[in-house]
Amino acid sequence: MSSDSEKPVAEAKPETKPTSPPPAKPAPKPAAKKQEEKPIPVFEKGISEKIVEKFGDKVKVTFVKEDRVGINATKESVHEVAEFIRDALNYDHVESVSGVDYPADNEIEVVYHIGSYSDNTLARQVLELTTRAPRESNPIPGNDATKLPSLRDIFYSVEFHEREIFEMLGVYFEGHPDNRRLLLPEDWADLPPLRKDFAIKGR
Amino acid sequence: MTAELPPGLALQKVDERIMTLNVGPQHPGSGHMRIIVQIDGDYIVACDPDPGYVHRGEEKMAEYRNYITNIPHLERPVIHDSCNVLYPYVLGAEELLGIEVPERAKYVRVIASELNRCIYTMYWLAIYGIFLGHSTMFMWPAGDRELLIDLMEKMTGARVTHAHFVPGGVRNDLPPNFEDVCLRQVNYFEKRIKEYAAIFYDNPILISRTKDTGVLSRQDAIRLGTTGSVLRASGVDYDLRKKEPYDVYDELDFQTNVMKEGDSYARSRVPWLDMMESCNIIRQALQKMPKSGSVRVKLKPNPKGIVGSVYKRVESGRGSLGCYIVSDGKPEPYRVKMSVGSFRNLIALPYLLKGEKLGNMPSVYWSLNYWPVEADR
Repeated sequence: MSSDSEKPVAEAKPETKPTSPPPAKPAPKPAAKKQEEKPIPVFEKGISEKIVEKFGDKVKVTFVKEDRVGINATKESVHEVAEFIRDALNYDHVESVSGVDYPADNEIEVVYHIGSYSDNTLARQVLELTTRAPRESNPIPGNDATKLPSLRDIFYSVEFHEREIFEMLGVYFEGHPDNRRLLLPEDWADLPPLRKDFAIKGR
Repeated sequence: MTAELPPGLALQKVDERIMTLNVGPQHPGSGHMRIIVQIDGDYIVACDPDPGYVHRGEEKMAEYRNYITNIPHLERPVIHDSCNVLYPYVLGAEELLGIEVPERAKYVRVIASELNRCIYTMYWLAIYGIFLGHSTMFMWPAGDRELLIDLMEKMTGARVTHAHFVPGGVRNDLPPNFEDVCLRQVNYFEKRIKEYAAIFYDNPILISRTKDTGVLSRQDAIRLGTTGSVLRASGVDYDLRKKEPYDVYDELDFQTNVMKEGDSYARSRVPWLDMMESCNIIRQALQKMPKSGSVRVKLKPNPKGIVGSVYKRVESGRGSLGCYIVSDGKPEPYRVKMSVGSFRNLIALPYLLKGEKLGNMPSVYWSLNYWPVEADR
């Protein structure tokens, strides 16, 4: 009973609080955030510098923030870069492979999120390796220019992920041993569904 | 003299020893999943998992709704673990919007997340029991998880799909007297699940069906990129609640459960040990939680102007759950990708089943802590 009577008092206070302080609160936060963002994380910078030192112009560092490093590689060099990431930097598995469609640039971006189990210093880190493939407006999945080299021979863990990207965005992975459909129905005959020009019915 | 038959009519010789068997979809031994196995006598020589049966296109649907209205449907892949499925998306949206969550909301989230982990694991354990013909192990967890479902109902108002986590905190504050009820239920729950050891984990029949079947070595578990209990049962100490703490996990004292064997027995035991650790976490969180304060920072209904991408991950009942959000400044996310534990663990299934007896298929397959609906999203 005592806690029952305490609660309403405690609840009444926060209800008035959020209405009044927000104008005051957001003001100090961006300032505090900017101060946090200014110093570049040293450890992450070391990782990105090693890749840039090795490959030079072939790769571009897209961002370096806490626990995350973004690397953009060309279609030709992505296989080589991934091999370097595994052998020299001790990243050992791919967590996620995402495809993002950019119809305005006529390109499809494939994003590998690479992590490490065996190296304890890298346990918090995720390396984001991105590469882009040309996009065709009338896709024939597997038989058009939308092709990328597969990373299956470097990271076993991409096997199902790359199959998913193939059916969902039509990016053919050269060198993948098993380029079949995974999730869609067997008789699917429409556009790859995660492309932006595939619209949901009624929308 | 004999005229050649056209190629289409020519008879093909059948290898009589190898037989292809479709297990599922909708099979008591596979759930909503089709496993195409090739058997030679009683032994599996090849296996091809075909997960796409309940595919609903969650990722595509997320591109049509804004950050708030995405919440009720992004938790659908695993309705028993809906808080954890939503967690990385909410953390990612908060990072994109630059919101600082109130301290009390962080504790409420941790409690809800751990309760959900237990609810999911109990359901999984019940099905694992019935797969192995152990009816008691189906009924006991199914009954005991009602305790925790009642707690979640008190907290959120819904029994399974809660939609409780929102960018900026949680939807509602805890009801009055929740702490006492929660502590009492969790203590009883922990006492109950300790009894499962005698009836299930020390049962010689279970041990004979799971020990030394489907062995995954430490090296292979790392190479195949498995996650969660599958990884920890193979001897890799990796739990995101420890390695990359989110919300208040770094202020709580708990340990990760690791086993060395890497067989079905270890894979089925690790989630059970995790549940006891969850009870420990809930008790600590209830104690350390600020007794009053706000639980939510209100957002604009249509958050606009967010540009950038973010990758956030949490540890769920089935392993690491990642969410990659790309935003181009519109109210709707440009792309949402969910990287889920079930999908990542499925890759190990063909390797584990090769050379096993067909009778061991359910025990190996379900020990992967696999949730069919989550894998194809």
